[in-house]
Amino acid sequence: MKTLIECNKGCKVIVLKLNAPLELKQRLISFGIMKEANIEVLEHAPRKSTIEVKVGKMRIALRAEEARLIEVEDI
Amino acid sequence: MNQNDEKTCPVIANHIKVALVGQPNVGKSMLINSVSNAHLHVGNFSGVTVDKTEVLFDYKGYHFTVVDLPGTYAFTDYTIEERVTHKYLCAESYDLIINVIDSTSLEKNLQLTSELMSMSKDIVIALNMDDEAKKEGIEIDAAYMSELLGIPCVKVSAATKHGIDELIDAVVAQYEAPRQESKLIFSEAVEEEIAQIVEHLTKHKYEARNSYRHVAINLLKNNKKTYEKIHDNPIWTELQPILIEASKHIELHHDSDDIKEAFAEEYSSFNRGIVAEVLKQDVVEEKKTITEKIDSILIHPLFGIPIFLFFMWSLFQLTFKVGAIPMDYIDAFFSWFGDTIGATIANDDIRSLVVDGLIAGVGAVVLFVPNIIILFIGIALLESTGYMSRVAFLLDGFFHKFGLHGQSFIPLVTGFGCSIPAYMSARILKNDRDRLLTLFIIGFMSCGARLPVYVLFSGAFFSAEMAGNVLFAIYISGAMLGLIAAKILKLTAFKGVDEPFVMEMPKYRLPSAKLIWHTVLTKTMMYLKKAGTFIAVASMLVWFLSNYPHNAQLQTEYSAKIEKAVDEHEKITLENSLNSKLLEQSYLGSIGKFSEPLFTPLGLDWKMSVALQAGLAAKEVVVSTLGVLYSLGSDVDEQNKSLSTVISKNISFASAVAFIVVIMIYLPCLAASVVFTREAGGIKYFFYLLAFTSVVAYSLAFLAYNITNMLM
Repeated sequence: MKTLIECNKGCKVIVLKLNAPLELKQRLISFGIMKEANIEVLEHAPRKSTIEVKVGKMRIALRAEEARLIEVEDI
Repeated sequence: MNQNDEKTCPVIANHIKVALVGQPNVGKSMLINSVSNAHLHVGNFSGVTVDKTEVLFDYKGYHFTVVDLPGTYAFTDYTIEERVTHKYLCAESYDLIINVIDSTSLEKNLQLTSELMSMSKDIVIALNMDDEAKKEGIEIDAAYMSELLGIPCVKVSAATKHGIDELIDAVVAQYEAPRQESKLIFSEAVEEEIAQIVEHLTKHKYEARNSYRHVAINLLKNNKKTYEKIHDNPIWTELQPILIEASKHIELHHDSDDIKEAFAEEYSSFNRGIVAEVLKQDVVEEKKTITEKIDSILIHPLFGIPIFLFFMWSLFQLTFKVGAIPMDYIDAFFSWFGDTIGATIANDDIRSLVVDGLIAGVGAVVLFVPNIIILFIGIALLESTGYMSRVAFLLDGFFHKFGLHGQSFIPLVTGFGCSIPAYMSARILKNDRDRLLTLFIIGFMSCGARLPVYVLFSGAFFSAEMAGNVLFAIYISGAMLGLIAAKILKLTAFKGVDEPFVMEMPKYRLPSAKLIWHTVLTKTMMYLKKAGTFIAVASMLVWFLSNYPHNAQLQTEYSAKIEKAVDEHEKITLENSLNSKLLEQSYLGSIGKFSEPLFTPLGLDWKMSVALQAGLAAKEVVVSTLGVLYSLGSDVDEQNKSLSTVISKNISFASAVAFIVVIMIYLPCLAASVVFTREAGGIKYFFYLLAFTSVVAYSLAFLAYNITNMLM
């Protein structure tokens, strides 16, 4: 099982499952992070504390804790 | 009948109330500004508008009320601002929704549109940022989109004002036309369940304001209000098992145990269908967009933070250096103005009131307008380019260690301008504990009104080359103290789990000069207005308190001595000594003397302690009070009138440091305290804040004074 935080800069993945609690899950969905969405990792903050991803045309910043809850698979 | 209505109430007959809804940062406020020539605050990050604002204007015989609502990604009530919007849309009365959409990001924006479509309200879609979309080679077939959605879609650009008339025409037409059922279509599995529920409702002739399809969708989405209504109806007993089955089927179909997730997926596939039909992109997207190229430098893991610090340092250097250029002229103007006006007033008391009270006080505040303008331009650039969210991204890891949220950065930076909007913008934080913590820290970010005090003191004690650095150091150490205070509060008063950090990074935009001009102008005018009203009154009050009661005996005693004085020098010394004696026995002197024991350990004399106390009302008053107090009684010789010279002569360096430390930390101002109390949700928080800031300010100033004394 791979999560978003394990992805490196430039890698492209597809979302399999959101393991987040209800509220956060809805937030992620409203940002377009949902099952079958394509995600590209754009940038890491120092020590991967925060990452920037691209979903569709939107760039989203996520903290490592949240990225860990997103199950993904390489395309 | 219709005609009759018009006669009795012509205003209401032509009145259209519009709710402006859209995802964050799609240009809602800017759209209102270009429709109505209002000047709402706009920026390039999510959460500029945190509360609803109404704007009124007339167009082609219609009165419009447009309500600008905070941006919301979806109806999930995640943050306070989203709750404001959702509550307004559900509970308030309005005629029509304008759904503002960012044309360059259609699919994401439609997610909210599909939720709006299930509300059974009249909607008009404004496809905003059409100019930007064209540049990116995006072509949207608005006519076809209108047909597919059953909602009029109009291409507009708030920035170039293109399509605004068409949009209002569409609003009027939609308002006059009978409402159409939305054309939102779900997957077969969901449609089957909807049909079943609709059939059941029809069979029992359930009375509802909305269509049965609408009720059915709401029931499936677990809409609380619909449930409450239908729960008391006899058909509930039969409906319940059907609903439970239906939900199970849908959840099974979507392989999820969350019906809301299932619906979000439904909406998303509907939207994908729409986008595939109406959107054409001519140019193949470049591998890296401009935004991504800029980001690879600005949020670089190594260089990102140094670059940010460099920007801030430059801002404060500019604030001091460029700001100092016109200062001499303003200063000269006010002393000339004071002399000229003073010459026309015969009465000694009135002349002193106008020249030493009003003009000295207001002049001391107006003097810093150039610095304020530069600072505001810096903040406006930060807000409108999209860099703000990048810094939040860069600093989240660091902030997180201190118990703050990356998004706390946004209210904190706003706090450098003024604490009041900063307190308001803390609403973007979801969790109440995080929000309260941020509210407590905002005061540590020195606001624009404190800048004059810093500029005055750093100019008085340091060379022009160093003063900019000192200014930067003051601001940075204020922010550092804030972080440490946050950590302490997080470990004691605001313990708890951390809020997730999920934030959109907006596209970089080059703000128009007009936009910056308006933002800076509005803020500067506010500063000047305050100088002309509040500060003017406060200065006169300070003047009165420092001139009365008159001591005739002291005056005659000294004038006898002055007459006997042998040379000019002795005369001046005597005059100065008279002035300071007079000041000491005035009302203000008594207040100062009374509170002096409290401030002596900090090395502050009674004048400084009075200025600090006056600063509780507003920080500008600190400078104006010092201006009045030192223009009245001190050993100023005629050649050196400037306040900064007076201060460097009368105040020891250690006392100045202690003074600055207090200014940095203690309560922002009266108006900010009121807003703080409202945003925090109770007067008790104000007393916590008062106690917290006073204790911290006092003990740190005490340390600063003694340490500086030891080192010097």
